Amino acid sequence: MRLLDSIFRAPSSKSAALAKERLQIIVTHERGNRRNSPDYLPALKKELLEVVRKYVPIDQSQVKVHLDREDGYEVLELNITLPEEEQRVVQQRSNGGGT
Amino acid sequence: MATIIVVTSGKGGVGKTTTSASFATGLAQRGYRTVVIDFDVGLRNLDLIMGCERRVVYDFVNVINNEANLNQALIRDKRVENLYILPASQTRDKEALTKEGVERVLNELKVGFDYIVCDSPAGIERGALMALYFADQALVVTNPEVSSVRDSDRILGILASKSLRAEQGDEPVKEHLVLARYAPERADRGDMLSVNDVLEILGIPLLGVIPESQTVLQSSNAGVPVILEDTSEAGAAYGDLVDRFLGKDLPHRFTSAQKKGFLQRLFGGS
Repeated sequence: MRLLDSIFRAPSSKSAALAKERLQIIVTHERGNRRNSPDYLPALKKELLEVVRKYVPIDQSQVKVHLDREDGYEVLELNITLPEEEQRVVQQRSNGGGT
Repeated sequence: MATIIVVTSGKGGVGKTTTSASFATGLAQRGYRTVVIDFDVGLRNLDLIMGCERRVVYDFVNVINNEANLNQALIRDKRVENLYILPASQTRDKEALTKEGVERVLNELKVGFDYIVCDSPAGIERGALMALYFADQALVVTNPEVSSVRDSDRILGILASKSLRAEQGDEPVKEHLVLARYAPERADRGDMLSVNDVLEILGIPLLGVIPESQTVLQSSNAGVPVILEDTSEAGAAYGDLVDRFLGKDLPHRFTSAQKKGFLQRLFGGS
């Protein structure tokens, strides 16, 4: 039987199709991971800037967004520097309101 | 000024050094002054594949450390004119490859050569990163097999983000796929990823398909780049690959199973 099988070759397993499917899934997933941070960070930064600007006039360079990946979790760090003058104005205003 | 081409893959054992040796030899055969550099510091092998292992005196790391100059370290190939080999150090580790040192050596080579071929080590550590950092173009060597394809995709990501061209925002490194160890009859049977499957997944242009061939092992046994065995399928496929790289429009050969003979048709099943 085995001899006949080897002569007439058993129907192929078509394992290449399985390989392709598995690769397409994993490669797409890994590309997603690679591109996520550079992709959405600029947009996130821009939107944050717009929200903060509603209250405090700041510019692009005063918002820092940093994403760190460590095994299993991600840390999104936001650092917004408020301008000193503005802080003083805000403080004065709140002081003024108190008296 | 020379063009710098990295031969890379991520995964080991897929044919980077075989490809580097034949690609560089092919460019030199066609009249271009070519140097091929072994970046696999600590595991030097290009010298063996090129058949010049007994002529190594100084190496790449010696030149980086100013312990020898380029003329002392470059080995001139005895078979093909215009071809030089810069061997890797066997005793140091990959930390010896500093960015500044590699850059200085490449800049010095750029003046006298048309093509600089960088044979990358496997992995994505320092040696591999240094081999691709200064590249203008990349030959990504892939086997039709899941782990090799996945690692190639990873390397494509690194070329797009960690090369000098990426860092400076220049035109990206030009990528070429080299599909090696291809067995057309197995692909036809559905047991092996086909050329089109791999192209569909990686999405970079195909430069050449190198068929699985006994000649590759035989020529490495002898220290002769397989492209010099031009009557063999693998040798001819590398010849086509070099011509295509230089702009010739050649159809891909050895990508489909050869016609079966009478006996094979009788007994060969499907």
